[in-house]
Amino acid sequence: MAAEVPLPEITPLTEPYWSGLEAGELRFQRCGGCRNAWLPAREECPRCLSDDASWEASAGRARLISWVVYHSAVHPSFADRLPYNVAVVELDEGARLITSINASEDELSIEMPLTLSIEQESGVSIPRFSPS
Amino acid sequence: MRGKAVIAGVGHTAFGKLPGRTTDSLNVEASRKAIQDAGIDKDAVDAVFVKYPTSQHRSMYGQTVAEALGLQPRIGGVWDQGGATNISMISFAAMAIEHGQCEIALVTIADNPKTGTRQAYERGWGDDAVHGWFGVAAGYAMIMRRHMEEFGTTHEQFGAIARASRRHGAENPHAQLRLPLTEQMYDESRLVVDPLRRDDICLVSDGGAAVVVMSAERARDLGVPAPVPILGFGQGQTSWEVAQRPVLTSTAAEISAKTAFAMAGMTPKDIDVAQLYDCFTIAVMMTLEDYGFARKGEGGRFAEDGNVELGGGLPINTSGGLLSETGMPGMQLVIEGVRQVRGTSVNQVPDAQTAIVSNQGGIMHTHSTLILGR
Ligand SMILES: [Zn+2]
Repeated sequence: MAAEVPLPEITPLTEPYWSGLEAGELRFQRCGGCRNAWLPAREECPRCLSDDASWEASAGRARLISWVVYHSAVHPSFADRLPYNVAVVELDEGARLITSINASEDELSIEMPLTLSIEQESGVSIPRFSPS
Repeated sequence: MRGKAVIAGVGHTAFGKLPGRTTDSLNVEASRKAIQDAGIDKDAVDAVFVKYPTSQHRSMYGQTVAEALGLQPRIGGVWDQGGATNISMISFAAMAIEHGQCEIALVTIADNPKTGTRQAYERGWGDDAVHGWFGVAAGYAMIMRRHMEEFGTTHEQFGAIARASRRHGAENPHAQLRLPLTEQMYDESRLVVDPLRRDDICLVSDGGAAVVVMSAERARDLGVPAPVPILGFGQGQTSWEVAQRPVLTSTAAEISAKTAFAMAGMTPKDIDVAQLYDCFTIAVMMTLEDYGFARKGEGGRFAEDGNVELGGGLPINTSGGLLSETGMPGMQLVIEGVRQVRGTSVNQVPDAQTAIVSNQGGIMHTHSTLILGR
């Protein structure tokens, strides 16, 4: 049997993130105290330590911070996708996240503008990005 | 505190594949050799600082090692900063000695990921594993890509760092990999996580290493044969995970080095030889810059110009580093710094008076710096 992609462990803390993706939006947390924006989910704002955070939907625009291309599979579930990329992007709203880019490697360069594209991975909606 | 504490003795086990050896036994062997090298009685040791074994975390491991050593230390326990732990524990030992909390400290590390498990280095990063985000190497590759894109740093320049460590390690009879690396071999080295090639990545090794720390005064009283003064130390931490780190191309190694240089009353120009933590070549590249040996973005040119090889302006990793001597996380670099200042390295830098050692852990999260000299 082929290895299965490890799926997120959805907790009360992260549930709004994953249900947001199911509903077609990429949500991030915004601090009610200092307006800081971040991902992944946490209980307190790491800037001002306020516990008054709320979820907002991103407009879906981002820029590419960096990326890697796996040429060997660390996890067997990704063996038949080699080579595949994983990237760090920064949303226009300020939060950064791990994702992957729908593009070949020679199309990529740092700071390039990207647009959100929510896709299915083993039955879970995940955020990916495409060149704008 | 400059020069008040010394490294009185050093010891290490064989490096490589050591089937059947426990980390307890490797810690004891390295400690026995360090105590012998210092020429002291075991029972004079009253502090035991232990790095936890990364591949097999064990609760209260400091007590396990102290028991195996037959010691009842005044201060003892495990410290966890990944690869930065070694130098950090040496600096905590020096500070504890300075303040009368203990007198003679043993600082020891051992692990056996080669015969045991490498899982700790290959796990997925939480929920991000759904994107295929796995392993420590990929985190370093993410930083390496940004450095290449931002500053135009080339594969050949990373290769120059790997070639220096491999050339030096080839001369070291204790090194696990004694195969010099040519430009062509590096070019043909397979991509693991692009931009990281196989030869940018450290070895996986079983082994143990230890040092004995005491005051310079105590070393004189005890007639320690070859004490090496600790001139400076420092630490710094970049706490963000790679994805959240606002700047990828510089780290708190800068703060760590600044603190150590200030304590030593020195600048990068005063350093004769450097042992720089080379778990991946990008770590060396950024340390050269963050420590001030090269300007930010110019580490590549610095390495390419031959500075980092024996005979160059700043020979690095003269016993082979993690790329060639042993993949053990960092204490071997301290030991080689000691050998250089003693004048006993197999790749001795002529008349080396000062050595700097960098340790770092996680994905360039934790940093520690040690300056040795006479
Ligand atoms: Zn806040």
